[in-house]
Amino acid sequence: MEWETVIGLEIHVQLNTKSKIFSAASTQYGQKPNSQACAVDLGLPGVLPVLNVEAVNKAIKFGVAINAHINQRNIFDRKNYFYPDLPKGYQISQMNRPIVGEGKIEITLSDQTKVVGITRAHLEEDAGKSIHDMFDDDTTIDLNRAGTPLLEIVSEPDMRSAKEAVAYAKKIYTLVQYIDICDGNMQEGSFRCDANVSIRSKGQKELGMRAELKNINSFKFLERAINLEVERQQDILEEGDKVVQETRLYDSEKHETRSMRSKEEANDYRYFPDPDLLPVEISDELLEKIRQTLPELPAQKKARFVAELGLSNYDADMLTLQRPLADYLEIMLEHHASNVKLCANWVMGELSASLNKHKIDIQNSPITAQALSLLISRISDGTISGKTAKDVFKAMWDSEDNADEIIQAKGLKQMTDTDEIEAIVEQVIANNVPQVTQFKSGNDKILDFFVGQIMKLTAGKANPKQVNELLRNKLS
Amino acid sequence: MSLSEKQVSQIAYLARLSLNEAQLKDNTQDLNAIFSLVEQLANIETDGIEPMSHPLHMFQRLREDVVTEKDQSALFQSIAPKTSNGYYLVPTVIE
Repeated sequence: MEWETVIGLEIHVQLNTKSKIFSAASTQYGQKPNSQACAVDLGLPGVLPVLNVEAVNKAIKFGVAINAHINQRNIFDRKNYFYPDLPKGYQISQMNRPIVGEGKIEITLSDQTKVVGITRAHLEEDAGKSIHDMFDDDTTIDLNRAGTPLLEIVSEPDMRSAKEAVAYAKKIYTLVQYIDICDGNMQEGSFRCDANVSIRSKGQKELGMRAELKNINSFKFLERAINLEVERQQDILEEGDKVVQETRLYDSEKHETRSMRSKEEANDYRYFPDPDLLPVEISDELLEKIRQTLPELPAQKKARFVAELGLSNYDADMLTLQRPLADYLEIMLEHHASNVKLCANWVMGELSASLNKHKIDIQNSPITAQALSLLISRISDGTISGKTAKDVFKAMWDSEDNADEIIQAKGLKQMTDTDEIEAIVEQVIANNVPQVTQFKSGNDKILDFFVGQIMKLTAGKANPKQVNELLRNKLS
Repeated sequence: MSLSEKQVSQIAYLARLSLNEAQLKDNTQDLNAIFSLVEQLANIETDGIEPMSHPLHMFQRLREDVVTEKDQSALFQSIAPKTSNGYYLVPTVIE
């Protein structure tokens, strides 16, 4: 039997506001336990939620960025369930009238484009954190995260492979950082994915029974968890059994998914409009104002990099993946409009490699765009060769000095005095008569020997192109 | 529309309410009485009327994104049954 995989994703994006969605407590990560959980977050009697304007604005920003329908009158509902990290006994969320309605997003997989539908995106509050392994007899609760604004982005079940799901998730990940509504810190849980996975026999119209995979905090794990779940469901169906609808936790260490709780046992959340919150109205003016603040989006930027800068599709993709990376390149191009490819290669090559190696974000790069730009100038004006430039780059990484200072201090400037190089060329020819004979009898490869000798004598500072020309002239 | 005792007992479970036999009977009766009152609405033509989510004809006022809350965790934890190192402690949730 041939199976088809069907995947839909629910992505929880933590909005990067200063204060919580319904209270004026800080959202800062990593603070002393419970020091940022105020009376509203704790759900103490008599408190009332007051909606944060920035949470609303950022949700709208996402909506207009994907050209989605915006519900200009949207409503908050209570989702009722009991869990110790949810002190009120309900989560404030949006059920029937989410702030962002239908939209779509385009993903690219090995040059094939596909449209993934977005069902909705709604605002809600995050829960606190339960820690299960600190004590034997107790579960430990930290409510600092309770009330952090989330935008839950729900996709249609439009993806057909783990790879497509990852491409979609990465697309959203890039977008929310571009439009500055999320810091994108996956280790801190700012961007979390749940995957709804089911399989059906190829050609079948109805969807199969799905399992929901939770606890996935990296793109690598997303792909693995989905593939693992597809295999599990295939085994079940091929044995003649049925897949049950349930939530499964992905364990990246054991590389397995395991059942968390069965959804059959009536996860009846009894949603109803929260009487503490009035409907939210979004005016045409506000919508338009936010539309105006949208930066150039990744897809537009990529298209411009290809059309105006002449970069390849691949390079443009790489360079627009993170907005700070694209910004970095554009600062360099202010001085190097005619050296696009050279700049792009340095950003994707030496710079990215060094940043990865030292696990540094490009925003904190020890070599600024201006500094790298100066180095590129010294390559293009012939002061140093591309090879020497790599040494200068390393020296720049480790010191405060700029390219010129390093070239000066280390004496790396290429020899440009033709007479001087010519003298050395003549000297090498005179000292190596047997090799000259070999060259004259047709052994072209021996030329490398001469170049090597000359480079040695000039400590690598002669321009290789110039040396080659001189040699051929003298030897013929 | 009316609720069975079984449905009421399920709702009570979801709300973590413990009802004895007599209470279950009373609550079922009360809830059904409320339902029959509300059911009068079914006789009204509501086509094209936007469902109301709140009785006040007003929209939500929004708050500026500013942190004004101070750390009062010590005060809040003074009424908690069990705490340790700034954490709230509750009976083990999962094994």
